[in-house]
Amino acid sequence: MKIKELVFDPILKNNPIALQILGVCSALAVTVQLKNVVVMCVAVTLVIALANMSVSIIRNHIPGSIRIIVQMTIIASLVIIAEQFLKAFLFDQWKTMAVYVGLIITNCIVMGRTEAFALKNGPVASFFDGIGNGLGYSFILLFVGFFRELFGSGKVFGYTVFELSKDGGWYEANGLALLPPSAFFLIGLIIWILRTKDPSQVEPQA
Amino acid sequence: MGSNVGKTLFVAFALCLVCSVLVSSTAVSLKDKQAQNAVLDMKKNVLSAAGLLNADTDVNEVFSKFTTVLVNLETGEIVDDMDAQTYNQREAQKKPNLSVAIPADADLAGLSRRAKFGKVFVYKDEAGQPQIYIFHITSKGLWSTMYGFMALGADLNTVKGFGYYAQGETPGLGGEVDNPKWKGQWVGKSVFNEDEVVALKLAKGTAPTEGKVAEYRVDGLSGATITANGVSSSIKYWFSDHGYGKFIDMVESGEVTI
Repeated sequence: MKIKELVFDPILKNNPIALQILGVCSALAVTVQLKNVVVMCVAVTLVIALANMSVSIIRNHIPGSIRIIVQMTIIASLVIIAEQFLKAFLFDQWKTMAVYVGLIITNCIVMGRTEAFALKNGPVASFFDGIGNGLGYSFILLFVGFFRELFGSGKVFGYTVFELSKDGGWYEANGLALLPPSAFFLIGLIIWILRTKDPSQVEPQA
Repeated sequence: MGSNVGKTLFVAFALCLVCSVLVSSTAVSLKDKQAQNAVLDMKKNVLSAAGLLNADTDVNEVFSKFTTVLVNLETGEIVDDMDAQTYNQREAQKKPNLSVAIPADADLAGLSRRAKFGKVFVYKDEAGQPQIYIFHITSKGLWSTMYGFMALGADLNTVKGFGYYAQGETPGLGGEVDNPKWKGQWVGKSVFNEDEVVALKLAKGTAPTEGKVAEYRVDGLSGATITANGVSSSIKYWFSDHGYGKFIDMVESGEVTI
């Protein structure tokens, strides 16, 4: 496969959240503010790419019996390192996201890609597969985060777009958008749009 | 088979070694920076409660005008033999040797334990006179324990500022305790009434702007009764004799000077 396909396919054609339905948990948890979304996306993309690459480099030496735990160890180490960096350089963001950074470990996309791709492909391809899936994840999160922040607090990236009525403006904030379940509706909408545009993504009826 | 087991063990061991070296070297090399961040963050919280934090504030410089004291909440006296700077009241609340159980009938804030020592930040003017006292207060809200600061003026009665630095209440409802507009209402209110009893609390609905109780009431939080009760009870508890009450009495009577 070409690098271009590896990087761009997961954004619309084979999106990890919309098609593979992986990593939905964090799409609910961190999407209240776009600022946090961006930090989360960068962290997840780097972790997937590096985990994929590391697993791929040693893929011929990993004994099948301890395959999963080896991948888990690599992912966990990378996540801890990412969290340490956030704590040192982006303290305010780290404070609001605290537990969710650690929960990247359990983000199904990371494990899913090392298991499905990195174990069978070379390091370079695996690295770009990680970047691609990270971008696919980011695309959905940015979409969800944009609408949640806009409707929930009338802002985009912290800049006021709709003046809220409690601050003397006209816009009555949508309380649902501030709560995690609203992301379900938005992800549902994206899946609907994607599958209408590209019917091959629809699962065959049983 | 034997070689397989050997190889498995070798891979596992080598992987753990590499990963642990990576993780620990990152953690150790970034530790100082992280500690600085945590200290700076705490200072920011204190300044923000006192209304002294603006976008261009030099946090360390303003904070250097503060004196930090530890207060024995039991007696109201100042504790000299502990380092006030490094004492963490939030952590102390969880440690058996630094906290005491609160009797059930006095446990207004729903905490069950409180720290033995309270940390008070005192802002002094150039003449060395205390101008602002900042008290650490906590209470249970609906989902979370809320941690915040109450800043009182030199008379130890007029509110200079109020705010939480950690809470996990419902966004948009109880979470409105972080709304700057709502926090702004606290400034100028009084904690104690003429009888020296804690009277400041949240109103049901909108606070009256005139009348006898106006200076002791702040707007309630609509749709967040339990969070609002938590806010009210934290003031009632922390400024009673179980909280900072004795210390405040002793400062007013001149038995304690800072």
